[in-house]
Amino acid sequence: MGWAHQDKTAIVGIGATDYYLRGKSWPRTINDMAGEAILKACADAGISIKDVDGFAYYSTAGAGYLDKFDTASLMETLGIPHVGFSATLTSGGGGASGAAGLATAGLMNEDCKYCVTVMALQQLPQHRLGVVVGAAAPNPENSFLQPSGLVGPGYLMSVLARRHMHLYGTRREAFKEIVQATREHALNRPKAIRNKPLEDEEYWSQPMLADPLCRLDFCLETDGAVAFITTTTERAKDCKHPPALIHGAAHGGTRNWGRAFAWMGMQDPDFASSGHKFVADRLWEQTGLTAKDMSCAQIYDHFSCMVLMQLEDYGFCEKGEGNDYVLSGAIRYANRDTVEGAVPVNTHGGNLNEAYIIGLTHVAEAVEQIRGTAINQIEDCEFALSTGGPASLPVSGLILRRA
Amino acid sequence: MTDNRNISYGPANALPGDQIAITTNPDTEPFWEKAKARTLTACQCADCGHFRMPPSPYCPECQSSNKSWPELPGTGTVFSFAICTRNPKNGEDYVYVPVVVELDGTDGAHLVSNLGGCDADDVEIGMKVAVDWNPIKDDWVLPVFRPA
Repeated sequence: MGWAHQDKTAIVGIGATDYYLRGKSWPRTINDMAGEAILKACADAGISIKDVDGFAYYSTAGAGYLDKFDTASLMETLGIPHVGFSATLTSGGGGASGAAGLATAGLMNEDCKYCVTVMALQQLPQHRLGVVVGAAAPNPENSFLQPSGLVGPGYLMSVLARRHMHLYGTRREAFKEIVQATREHALNRPKAIRNKPLEDEEYWSQPMLADPLCRLDFCLETDGAVAFITTTTERAKDCKHPPALIHGAAHGGTRNWGRAFAWMGMQDPDFASSGHKFVADRLWEQTGLTAKDMSCAQIYDHFSCMVLMQLEDYGFCEKGEGNDYVLSGAIRYANRDTVEGAVPVNTHGGNLNEAYIIGLTHVAEAVEQIRGTAINQIEDCEFALSTGGPASLPVSGLILRRA
Repeated sequence: MTDNRNISYGPANALPGDQIAITTNPDTEPFWEKAKARTLTACQCADCGHFRMPPSPYCPECQSSNKSWPELPGTGTVFSFAICTRNPKNGEDYVYVPVVVELDGTDGAHLVSNLGGCDADDVEIGMKVAVDWNPIKDDWVLPVFRPA
Protein backbone atom coordinates (compact mmCIF):
# COMPACT_ATOMS: atom_id res chain seq x y z
CA MET A 1 0.00 0.00 0.00
CA GLY A 2 1.37 3.37 -0.94
CA TRP A 3 1.00 6.43 1.19
CA ALA A 4 -1.44 9.17 0.16
CA HIS A 5 0.87 12.00 1.18
CA GLN A 6 4.03 10.53 -0.34
CA ASP A 7 6.36 13.19 -1.80
CA LYS A 8 3.76 15.89 -1.17
CA THR A 9 5.86 17.60 1.47
CA ALA A 10 9.56 18.29 1.72
CA ILE A 11 12.22 19.48 4.10
CA VAL A 12 13.48 22.73 2.59
CA GLY A 13 15.57 24.32 5.32
CA ILE A 14 18.01 23.17 7.98
CA GLY A 15 19.87 25.20 10.57
CA ALA A 16 22.16 24.44 13.47
CA THR A 17 24.28 26.20 16.06
CA ASP A 18 27.81 25.23 16.90
CA TYR A 19 28.00 22.15 19.09
CA TYR A 20 29.37 22.43 22.62
CA LEU A 21 30.43 19.93 25.24
CA ARG A 22 27.86 19.49 28.00
CA GLY A 23 27.27 22.76 29.82
CA LYS A 24 29.81 24.73 27.73
CA SER A 25 27.20 26.67 25.78
CA TRP A 26 26.61 28.90 28.82
CA PRO A 27 26.28 31.95 28.94
CA ARG A 28 24.14 31.47 25.87
CA THR A 29 20.58 30.56 26.83
CA ILE A 30 18.64 27.68 25.40
CA ASN A 31 16.20 30.05 23.65
CA ASP A 32 19.11 31.92 22.11
CA MET A 33 20.35 28.67 20.57
CA ALA A 34 16.87 27.56 19.47
CA GLY A 35 16.35 30.96 17.82
CA GLU A 36 19.66 30.75 15.96
CA ALA A 37 18.81 27.30 14.59
CA ILE A 38 15.32 28.39 13.49
CA LEU A 39 16.54 31.62 11.85
CA LYS A 40 19.31 29.75 10.04
CA ALA A 41 16.82 27.15 8.84
CA CYS A 42 14.60 29.92 7.45
CA ALA A 43 17.57 31.55 5.70
CA ASP A 44 18.58 28.16 4.32
CA ALA A 45 15.06 27.69 2.96
CA GLY A 46 14.97 31.20 1.56
CA ILE A 47 11.90 32.21 3.56
CA SER A 48 11.26 34.89 6.15
CA ILE A 49 10.73 33.98 9.80
CA LYS A 50 7.38 35.75 9.31
CA ASP A 51 6.37 32.98 6.89
CA VAL A 52 6.60 30.35 9.63
CA ASP A 53 3.14 29.41 10.85
CA GLY A 54 3.49 25.91 12.27
CA PHE A 55 5.42 23.99 14.91
CA ALA A 56 5.84 20.20 14.86
CA TYR A 57 7.84 19.23 17.93
CA TYR A 58 8.78 15.86 19.34
CA SER A 59 9.96 14.77 22.77
CA THR A 60 6.74 16.26 24.19
CA ALA A 61 7.95 19.69 23.02
CA GLY A 62 10.98 19.22 25.24
CA ALA A 63 13.97 21.52 24.96
CA GLY A 64 16.40 18.97 26.26
CA TYR A 65 14.75 16.80 28.86
CA LEU A 66 13.79 19.21 31.58
CA ASP A 67 13.00 22.44 29.69
CA LYS A 68 9.95 22.83 27.44
CA PHE A 69 9.42 24.82 24.27
CA ASP A 70 6.48 27.18 24.33
CA THR A 71 5.14 28.22 20.93
CA ALA A 72 3.85 31.59 22.12
CA SER A 73 7.24 32.37 23.63
CA LEU A 74 9.06 31.45 20.40
CA MET A 75 6.59 33.57 18.39
CA GLU A 76 7.21 36.56 20.62
CA THR A 77 10.98 35.98 20.69
CA LEU A 78 11.33 35.68 16.92
CA GLY A 79 8.43 37.78 15.62
CA ILE A 80 6.24 35.06 14.13
CA PRO A 81 2.88 36.75 13.43
CA HIS A 82 0.51 33.77 13.77
CA VAL A 83 0.44 29.97 13.84
CA GLY A 84 -2.16 27.49 12.63
CA PHE A 85 -0.46 24.34 13.85
CA SER A 86 1.30 23.63 17.14
CA ALA A 87 1.68 19.96 18.04
CA THR A 88 4.15 17.46 19.38
CA LEU A 89 4.96 13.78 19.27
CA THR A 90 4.99 12.42 22.81
CA SER A 91 7.71 10.84 24.92
CA GLY A 92 11.38 11.54 24.07
CA GLY A 93 13.99 11.34 21.34
CA GLY A 94 12.21 8.43 19.67
CA GLY A 95 10.12 10.92 17.72
CA ALA A 96 13.02 12.89 16.23
CA SER A 97 12.67 11.76 12.63
CA GLY A 98 8.92 11.23 12.86
CA ALA A 99 8.39 14.92 13.58
CA ALA A 100 8.62 15.39 9.80
CA GLY A 101 5.53 13.19 9.56
CA LEU A 102 3.76 15.35 12.14
CA ALA A 103 4.68 18.43 10.10
CA THR A 104 3.23 16.68 7.05
CA ALA A 105 -0.03 16.17 8.96
CA GLY A 106 -0.23 19.89 9.63
CA LEU A 107 0.63 20.81 6.05
CA MET A 108 -1.71 18.31 4.42
CA ASN A 109 -4.54 19.46 6.66
CA GLU A 110 -3.81 22.98 5.44
CA ASP A 111 -3.27 24.16 9.00
CA CYS A 112 0.06 25.75 8.13
CA LYS A 113 2.38 26.55 5.22
CA TYR A 114 5.88 26.44 6.70
CA CYS A 115 6.38 24.25 9.72
CA VAL A 116 9.36 24.32 12.10
CA THR A 117 10.76 21.35 13.99
CA VAL A 118 13.37 22.33 16.56
CA MET A 119 15.46 20.79 19.32
CA ALA A 120 17.76 22.66 21.65
CA LEU A 121 19.75 21.08 24.39
CA GLN A 122 21.67 22.65 27.22
CA GLN A 123 22.95 20.23 29.82
CA LEU A 124 23.86 22.42 32.73
CA PRO A 125 24.83 20.37 35.77
CA GLN A 126 21.25 20.18 37.03
CA HIS A 127 19.96 19.17 33.57
CA ARG A 128 22.27 16.31 32.70
CA LEU A 129 20.56 13.77 30.50
CA GLY A 130 22.89 10.83 31.10
CA VAL A 131 21.66 10.29 34.64
CA VAL A 132 18.07 11.43 34.13
CA VAL A 133 16.55 8.19 35.40
CA GLY A 134 18.51 8.14 38.63
CA ALA A 135 18.02 11.84 39.31
CA ALA A 136 14.22 11.71 39.05
CA ALA A 137 12.19 11.89 42.25
CA PRO A 138 10.83 8.48 43.22
CA ASN A 139 7.30 7.75 42.02
CA PRO A 140 5.18 4.62 42.23
CA GLU A 141 6.24 3.41 38.78
CA ASN A 142 9.95 4.21 38.79
CA SER A 143 10.16 2.65 42.24
CA PHE A 144 10.33 -0.64 40.30
CA LEU A 145 13.39 0.54 38.34
CA GLN A 146 15.35 3.25 40.12
CA PRO A 147 16.47 1.11 43.12
CA SER A 148 18.36 -1.15 40.68
CA GLY A 149 20.83 1.62 39.91
CA LEU A 150 20.03 1.71 36.18
CA VAL A 151 20.49 5.46 36.37
CA GLY A 152 20.29 6.54 32.73
CA PRO A 153 19.27 5.42 29.25
CA GLY A 154 22.65 3.81 28.53
CA TYR A 155 22.41 1.65 31.59
CA LEU A 156 19.03 0.36 30.44
CA MET A 157 20.40 -0.29 26.96
CA SER A 158 23.32 -2.24 28.37
CA VAL A 159 20.87 -4.80 29.75
CA LEU A 160 19.28 -5.15 26.29
CA ALA A 161 22.72 -5.47 24.71
CA ARG A 162 23.67 -8.26 27.12
CA ARG A 163 20.59 -10.25 26.11
CA HIS A 164 21.45 -9.75 22.43
CA MET A 165 24.96 -11.06 23.06
CA HIS A 166 23.51 -14.07 24.87
CA LEU A 167 20.94 -14.93 22.20
CA TYR A 168 22.95 -14.27 19.05
CA GLY A 169 26.61 -14.39 20.01
CA THR A 170 27.07 -10.67 19.42
CA ARG A 171 30.45 -9.45 20.63
CA ARG A 172 31.86 -6.16 21.81
CA GLU A 173 33.97 -6.10 18.63
CA ALA A 174 30.79 -5.17 16.77
CA PHE A 175 30.08 -2.27 19.12
CA LYS A 176 33.67 -1.15 18.65
CA GLU A 177 33.29 -1.25 14.88
CA ILE A 178 30.18 0.95 15.07
CA VAL A 179 32.07 3.52 17.15
CA GLN A 180 35.18 3.37 14.94
CA ALA A 181 33.32 3.44 11.62
CA THR A 182 31.31 6.48 12.58
CA ARG A 183 34.39 8.11 14.10
CA GLU A 184 36.03 7.71 10.70
CA HIS A 185 33.10 9.64 9.22
CA ALA A 186 33.68 12.48 11.70
CA LEU A 187 37.38 12.98 10.93
CA ASN A 188 36.83 15.59 8.22
CA ARG A 189 33.98 17.40 9.96
CA PRO A 190 34.97 20.70 11.53
CA LYS A 191 31.99 20.78 13.91
CA ALA A 192 32.48 17.25 15.22
CA ILE A 193 33.37 17.05 18.91
CA ARG A 194 35.27 13.76 18.52
CA ASN A 195 37.24 14.00 15.29
CA LYS A 196 40.51 12.19 15.99
CA PRO A 197 41.11 8.62 14.78
CA LEU A 198 40.10 5.96 17.29
CA GLU A 199 42.56 3.10 17.66
CA ASP A 200 41.60 -0.32 19.04
CA GLU A 201 43.68 0.16 22.13
CA GLU A 202 41.90 3.36 23.10
CA TYR A 203 38.52 1.70 22.78
CA TRP A 204 39.48 -1.34 24.80
CA SER A 205 40.98 0.76 27.58
CA GLN A 206 37.80 2.78 28.20
CA PRO A 207 36.05 2.48 31.53
CA MET A 208 33.03 0.20 31.50
CA LEU A 209 30.09 2.42 32.43
CA ALA A 210 27.57 -0.39 32.31
CA ASP A 211 29.21 -3.62 31.19
CA PRO A 212 28.90 -4.67 28.32
CA LEU A 213 29.05 -0.99 27.29
CA CYS A 214 32.09 1.22 27.77
CA ARG A 215 32.33 5.00 27.77
CA LEU A 216 32.72 5.26 23.99
CA ASP A 217 29.60 3.16 23.42
CA PHE A 218 27.72 6.02 25.08
CA CYS A 219 27.04 9.05 22.91
CA LEU A 220 28.38 12.51 23.54
CA GLU A 221 26.74 14.80 26.05
CA THR A 222 26.54 18.06 24.15
CA ASP A 223 24.71 21.38 23.91
CA GLY A 224 23.36 23.07 20.80
CA ALA A 225 20.27 23.40 18.64
CA VAL A 226 19.07 22.10 15.27
CA ALA A 227 15.92 23.08 13.37
CA PHE A 228 14.34 22.16 10.07
CA ILE A 229 11.55 23.62 7.95
CA THR A 230 8.95 21.47 6.23
CA THR A 231 6.57 22.76 3.56
CA THR A 232 4.51 21.43 0.68
CA THR A 233 6.39 20.21 -2.39
CA GLU A 234 4.51 22.81 -4.38
CA ARG A 235 5.84 25.68 -2.21
CA ALA A 236 9.26 24.03 -2.10
CA LYS A 237 9.77 25.05 -5.74
CA ASP A 238 10.29 28.61 -4.56
CA CYS A 239 12.85 27.64 -1.93
CA LYS A 240 16.59 28.02 -2.24
CA HIS A 241 17.69 24.38 -2.34
CA PRO A 242 16.38 21.26 -4.06
CA PRO A 243 13.69 19.76 -1.80
CA ALA A 244 14.25 16.64 0.30
CA LEU A 245 10.92 14.95 -0.39
CA ILE A 246 9.22 13.19 2.51
CA HIS A 247 8.78 9.81 0.86
CA GLY A 248 7.88 7.88 4.01
CA ALA A 249 7.40 8.85 7.65
CA ALA A 250 6.17 6.81 10.57
CA HIS A 251 6.14 6.79 14.34
CA GLY A 252 4.75 4.42 16.93
CA GLY A 253 5.60 0.93 18.10
CA THR A 254 4.16 -2.16 19.74
CA ARG A 255 2.96 -2.67 23.28
CA ASN A 256 5.68 -5.15 24.09
CA TRP A 257 8.46 -2.67 23.30
CA GLY A 258 6.53 0.11 24.99
CA ARG A 259 7.38 -1.46 28.32
CA ALA A 260 11.05 -1.29 27.55
CA PHE A 261 12.47 1.69 29.26
CA ALA A 262 10.60 1.86 32.49
CA TRP A 263 9.43 -1.68 32.96
CA MET A 264 11.89 -4.08 31.29
CA GLY A 265 8.91 -6.40 30.94
CA MET A 266 9.32 -7.29 27.29
CA GLN A 267 9.98 -10.86 26.16
CA ASP A 268 12.15 -12.24 23.36
CA PRO A 269 12.62 -11.28 20.59
CA ASP A 270 11.56 -7.72 21.51
CA PHE A 271 13.85 -7.49 24.55
CA ALA A 272 17.05 -7.67 22.52
CA SER A 273 15.82 -5.31 19.83
CA SER A 274 15.61 -1.61 19.06
CA GLY A 275 11.80 -1.60 19.15
CA HIS A 276 11.83 -0.23 15.58
CA LYS A 277 10.45 -3.20 13.65
CA PHE A 278 6.87 -1.89 13.68
CA VAL A 279 7.94 1.51 12.34
CA ALA A 280 10.36 -0.06 9.85
CA ASP A 281 7.65 -2.34 8.46
CA ARG A 282 5.32 0.65 8.06
CA LEU A 283 7.98 2.62 6.20
CA TRP A 284 8.67 -0.23 3.80
CA GLU A 285 4.93 -0.68 3.27
CA GLN A 286 4.47 3.06 2.63
CA THR A 287 7.26 3.16 0.09
CA GLY A 288 7.59 -0.31 -1.42
CA LEU A 289 11.30 -0.03 -0.70
CA THR A 290 13.66 -2.15 1.39
CA ALA A 291 16.72 -1.37 3.44
CA LYS A 292 18.96 -2.21 0.49
CA ASP A 293 17.38 0.61 -1.52
CA MET A 294 18.71 3.20 0.93
CA SER A 295 21.69 5.21 -0.29
CA CYS A 296 22.64 5.94 3.33
CA ALA A 297 21.17 5.46 6.78
CA GLN A 298 21.36 8.03 9.55
CA ILE A 299 20.65 5.76 12.51
CA TYR A 300 19.97 7.26 15.95
CA ASP A 301 23.07 6.26 17.86
CA HIS A 302 22.74 7.24 21.48
CA PHE A 303 24.37 3.89 22.25
CA SER A 304 26.39 1.78 19.84
CA CYS A 305 24.46 -1.42 20.52
CA MET A 306 21.24 0.24 19.37
CA VAL A 307 22.69 0.92 15.92
CA LEU A 308 23.25 -2.80 15.54
CA MET A 309 19.74 -3.66 16.67
CA GLN A 310 18.16 -1.02 14.41
CA LEU A 311 20.09 -2.37 11.43
CA GLU A 312 18.40 -5.70 12.16
CA ASP A 313 14.95 -4.22 12.74
CA TYR A 314 15.08 -2.22 9.48
CA GLY A 315 16.28 -5.30 7.60
CA PHE A 316 19.79 -4.25 6.59
CA CYS A 317 20.57 -7.76 7.82
CA GLU A 318 18.59 -10.61 9.39
CA LYS A 319 17.65 -10.54 13.05
CA GLY A 320 20.59 -11.80 15.07
CA GLU A 321 23.11 -11.17 12.29
CA GLY A 322 23.96 -7.58 13.17
CA ASN A 323 27.32 -8.62 14.56
CA ASP A 324 28.57 -10.14 11.31
CA TYR A 325 26.96 -7.46 9.15
CA VAL A 326 28.69 -4.65 10.99
CA LEU A 327 32.02 -6.47 11.14
CA SER A 328 31.92 -6.99 7.35
CA GLY A 329 32.59 -3.26 7.05
CA ALA A 330 29.16 -2.65 5.55
CA ILE A 331 28.44 0.54 7.48
CA ARG A 332 31.60 2.43 6.44
CA TYR A 333 31.39 5.23 3.91
CA ALA A 334 34.76 4.17 2.49
CA ASN A 335 33.41 0.68 1.73
CA ARG A 336 30.25 1.76 -0.05
CA ASP A 337 31.36 0.41 -3.42
CA THR A 338 33.53 -2.48 -2.28
CA VAL A 339 31.61 -4.41 0.39
CA GLU A 340 28.54 -6.31 -0.74
CA GLY A 341 25.33 -5.00 0.81
CA ALA A 342 27.09 -1.95 2.21
CA VAL A 343 24.98 1.07 3.20
CA PRO A 344 26.94 3.89 4.85
CA VAL A 345 25.64 4.63 8.35
CA ASN A 346 25.89 8.00 10.08
CA THR A 347 27.98 9.73 7.46
CA HIS A 348 28.08 12.75 9.82
CA GLY A 349 29.67 10.84 12.68
CA GLY A 350 26.42 10.56 14.59
CA ASN A 351 25.64 11.14 18.23
CA LEU A 352 28.68 9.11 19.16
CA ASN A 353 31.19 11.45 17.51
CA GLU A 354 29.75 14.61 16.01
CA ALA A 355 27.18 15.84 18.54
CA TYR A 356 24.04 14.72 20.29
CA ILE A 357 21.06 17.01 19.73
CA ILE A 358 18.46 14.30 20.40
CA GLY A 359 18.31 13.07 16.83
CA LEU A 360 18.00 16.17 14.65
CA THR A 361 21.59 16.04 13.41
CA HIS A 362 20.54 12.81 11.67
CA VAL A 363 17.67 14.53 9.85
CA ALA A 364 19.98 17.40 8.87
CA GLU A 365 22.55 14.98 7.45
CA ALA A 366 19.88 13.06 5.53
CA VAL A 367 18.77 16.37 3.95
CA GLU A 368 22.36 17.26 3.03
CA GLN A 369 22.86 13.86 1.42
CA ILE A 370 19.69 14.28 -0.66
CA ARG A 371 20.75 17.78 -1.72
CA GLY A 372 24.23 16.55 -2.61
CA THR A 373 25.97 18.94 -0.23
CA ALA A 374 27.11 16.52 2.51
CA ILE A 375 30.75 16.49 3.57
CA ASN A 376 30.87 12.71 3.08
CA GLN A 377 28.60 12.80 0.07
CA ILE A 378 27.15 9.58 -1.37
CA GLU A 379 27.14 9.69 -5.17
CA ASP A 380 23.61 9.86 -6.63
CA CYS A 381 21.98 9.73 -3.23
CA GLU A 382 18.36 8.93 -4.01
CA PHE A 383 16.92 7.69 -0.70
CA ALA A 384 18.13 8.57 2.80
CA LEU A 385 16.78 6.96 5.96
CA SER A 386 16.93 8.65 9.32
CA THR A 387 15.62 7.27 12.59
CA GLY A 388 14.67 8.48 16.07
CA GLY A 389 15.02 6.63 19.36
CA PRO A 390 15.21 3.76 20.32
CA ALA A 391 13.59 4.88 23.51
CA SER A 392 10.17 4.96 25.09
CA LEU A 393 7.44 4.94 22.45
CA PRO A 394 6.92 6.40 20.00
CA VAL A 395 10.05 5.62 18.00
CA SER A 396 10.15 6.83 14.43
CA GLY A 397 11.71 6.73 11.01
CA LEU A 398 11.84 8.94 7.92
CA ILE A 399 12.73 8.29 4.29
CA LEU A 400 13.77 11.30 2.24
CA ARG A 401 13.90 11.18 -1.54
CA ARG A 402 15.63 13.28 -4.14
CA ALA A 403 13.17 15.10 -6.40
CA MET B 1 42.28 -7.45 19.66
CA THR B 2 39.42 -9.11 21.40
CA ASP B 3 36.84 -8.53 24.05
CA ASN B 4 38.48 -7.27 27.21
CA ARG B 5 36.39 -9.25 29.65
CA ASN B 6 39.59 -9.99 31.49
CA ILE B 7 38.47 -7.14 33.71
CA SER B 8 37.93 -8.49 37.19
CA TYR B 9 35.11 -6.79 39.04
CA GLY B 10 35.07 -8.81 42.28
CA PRO B 11 32.16 -9.04 44.72
CA ALA B 12 28.83 -7.51 43.72
CA ASN B 13 26.66 -5.89 46.36
CA ALA B 14 23.16 -4.50 46.27
CA LEU B 15 23.17 -0.71 46.47
CA PRO B 16 23.10 0.60 50.06
CA GLY B 17 19.53 0.63 51.38
CA ASP B 18 19.93 3.94 53.17
CA GLN B 19 20.16 5.75 49.83
CA ILE B 20 17.10 4.12 48.26
CA ALA B 21 13.62 5.61 48.52
CA ILE B 22 10.39 4.41 46.94
CA THR B 23 6.87 5.71 46.81
CA THR B 24 3.65 3.75 46.42
CA ASN B 25 0.09 4.19 45.25
CA PRO B 26 -2.98 2.02 45.79
CA ASP B 27 -2.08 -0.11 42.75
CA THR B 28 1.44 -0.88 43.94
CA GLU B 29 1.24 -0.78 47.72
CA PRO B 30 0.33 -4.47 48.26
CA PHE B 31 3.63 -5.45 46.59
CA TRP B 32 5.61 -3.33 49.03
CA GLU B 33 3.53 -4.30 52.08
CA LYS B 34 4.24 -7.96 51.32
CA ALA B 35 7.92 -7.19 50.82
CA LYS B 36 7.96 -5.59 54.24
CA ALA B 37 6.79 -8.97 55.56
CA ARG B 38 9.59 -10.67 53.56
CA THR B 39 7.20 -12.22 51.07
CA LEU B 40 7.77 -11.89 47.33
CA THR B 41 4.62 -11.33 45.32
CA ALA B 42 3.69 -9.96 41.91
CA CYS B 43 0.51 -8.43 40.61
CA GLN B 44 -1.72 -11.11 39.06
CA CYS B 45 -5.05 -10.66 37.32
CA ALA B 46 -7.67 -12.24 39.56
CA ASP B 47 -9.75 -13.11 36.49
CA CYS B 48 -7.44 -14.43 33.75
CA GLY B 49 -4.33 -15.12 35.83
CA HIS B 50 -1.89 -13.00 33.78
CA PHE B 51 0.94 -11.41 35.76
CA ARG B 52 1.94 -7.79 35.26
CA MET B 53 4.84 -5.85 36.76
CA PRO B 54 4.97 -3.11 37.82
CA PRO B 55 1.43 -3.41 39.16
CA SER B 56 -1.07 -1.32 37.19
CA PRO B 57 -4.82 -0.66 37.38
CA TYR B 58 -5.94 -2.98 34.55
CA CYS B 59 -4.93 -6.35 33.20
CA PRO B 60 -3.56 -5.73 29.70
CA GLU B 61 -4.85 -9.14 28.57
CA CYS B 62 -8.49 -8.98 29.74
CA GLN B 63 -8.89 -5.41 31.11
CA SER B 64 -10.07 -6.66 34.49
CA SER B 65 -9.18 -4.50 37.45
CA ASN B 66 -9.37 -7.37 39.94
CA LYS B 67 -5.95 -8.15 41.36
CA SER B 68 -4.49 -10.93 43.43
CA TRP B 69 -1.12 -11.00 45.19
CA PRO B 70 0.01 -14.63 45.42
CA GLU B 71 3.02 -15.62 47.49
CA LEU B 72 5.70 -16.56 44.97
CA PRO B 73 8.49 -19.10 45.57
CA GLY B 74 10.97 -16.21 45.79
CA THR B 75 13.22 -17.72 43.15
CA GLY B 76 13.83 -16.86 39.53
CA THR B 77 16.19 -16.85 36.57
CA VAL B 78 18.55 -14.11 35.40
CA PHE B 79 17.04 -12.80 32.14
CA SER B 80 19.71 -10.14 31.63
CA PHE B 81 22.01 -7.89 33.64
CA ALA B 82 24.65 -5.16 33.58
CA ILE B 83 27.74 -4.59 35.71
CA CYS B 84 28.22 -1.09 37.09
CA THR B 85 31.14 0.20 39.10
CA ARG B 86 30.12 3.49 40.65
CA ASN B 87 27.61 4.29 43.33
CA PRO B 88 25.07 6.48 41.53
CA LYS B 89 24.52 8.65 44.60
CA ASN B 90 28.11 9.69 45.29
CA GLY B 91 30.24 8.41 42.40
CA GLU B 92 32.41 6.27 44.67
CA ASP B 93 33.75 2.90 43.52
CA TYR B 94 30.99 0.38 44.11
CA VAL B 95 30.39 -2.80 42.11
CA TYR B 96 26.72 -3.62 41.65
CA VAL B 97 24.76 -5.73 39.21
CA PRO B 98 21.40 -4.43 37.98
CA VAL B 99 19.49 -7.54 37.01
CA VAL B 100 16.25 -8.43 35.25
CA VAL B 101 14.86 -11.54 36.96
CA GLU B 102 12.19 -13.75 35.44
CA LEU B 103 10.12 -14.68 38.48
CA ASP B 104 9.31 -18.32 39.19
CA GLY B 105 5.61 -18.94 39.75
CA THR B 106 4.57 -16.37 37.14
CA ASP B 107 3.98 -16.46 33.40
CA GLY B 108 7.29 -14.73 32.73
CA ALA B 109 6.93 -11.54 34.78
CA HIS B 110 10.15 -9.58 35.23
CA LEU B 111 11.45 -7.79 38.31
CA VAL B 112 14.34 -5.32 37.99
CA SER B 113 16.64 -5.40 41.00
CA ASN B 114 20.22 -5.99 42.14
CA LEU B 115 22.11 -9.27 42.37
CA GLY B 116 24.66 -9.70 45.15
CA GLY B 117 26.35 -12.43 47.12
CA CYS B 118 28.74 -13.45 44.36
CA ASP B 119 31.45 -12.00 42.16
CA ALA B 120 30.03 -9.83 39.40
CA ASP B 121 32.27 -11.77 37.03
CA ASP B 122 30.35 -14.98 37.78
CA VAL B 123 26.88 -13.69 36.89
CA GLU B 124 25.37 -15.33 33.80
CA ILE B 125 22.08 -15.16 31.98
CA GLY B 126 20.09 -18.25 32.94
CA MET B 127 21.50 -18.61 36.45
CA LYS B 128 19.04 -19.39 39.23
CA VAL B 129 18.62 -16.76 41.91
CA ALA B 130 16.71 -16.40 45.18
CA VAL B 131 15.28 -13.35 46.84
CA ASP B 132 17.02 -11.51 49.65
CA TRP B 133 15.72 -8.49 51.56
CA ASN B 134 17.33 -5.09 51.69
CA PRO B 135 15.88 -2.56 54.18
CA ILE B 136 15.58 0.88 52.54
CA LYS B 137 14.38 4.32 53.61
CA ASP B 138 11.09 4.87 55.46
CA ASP B 139 10.96 1.29 56.77
CA TRP B 140 10.29 -0.21 53.35
CA VAL B 141 12.10 -3.39 52.26
CA LEU B 142 13.45 -3.98 48.74
CA PRO B 143 13.59 -7.45 47.21
CA VAL B 144 17.10 -8.10 45.86
CA PHE B 145 18.63 -11.38 44.70
CA ARG B 146 21.55 -13.74 45.36
CA PRO B 147 22.58 -16.95 43.62
CA ALA B 148 20.17 -19.76 44.55
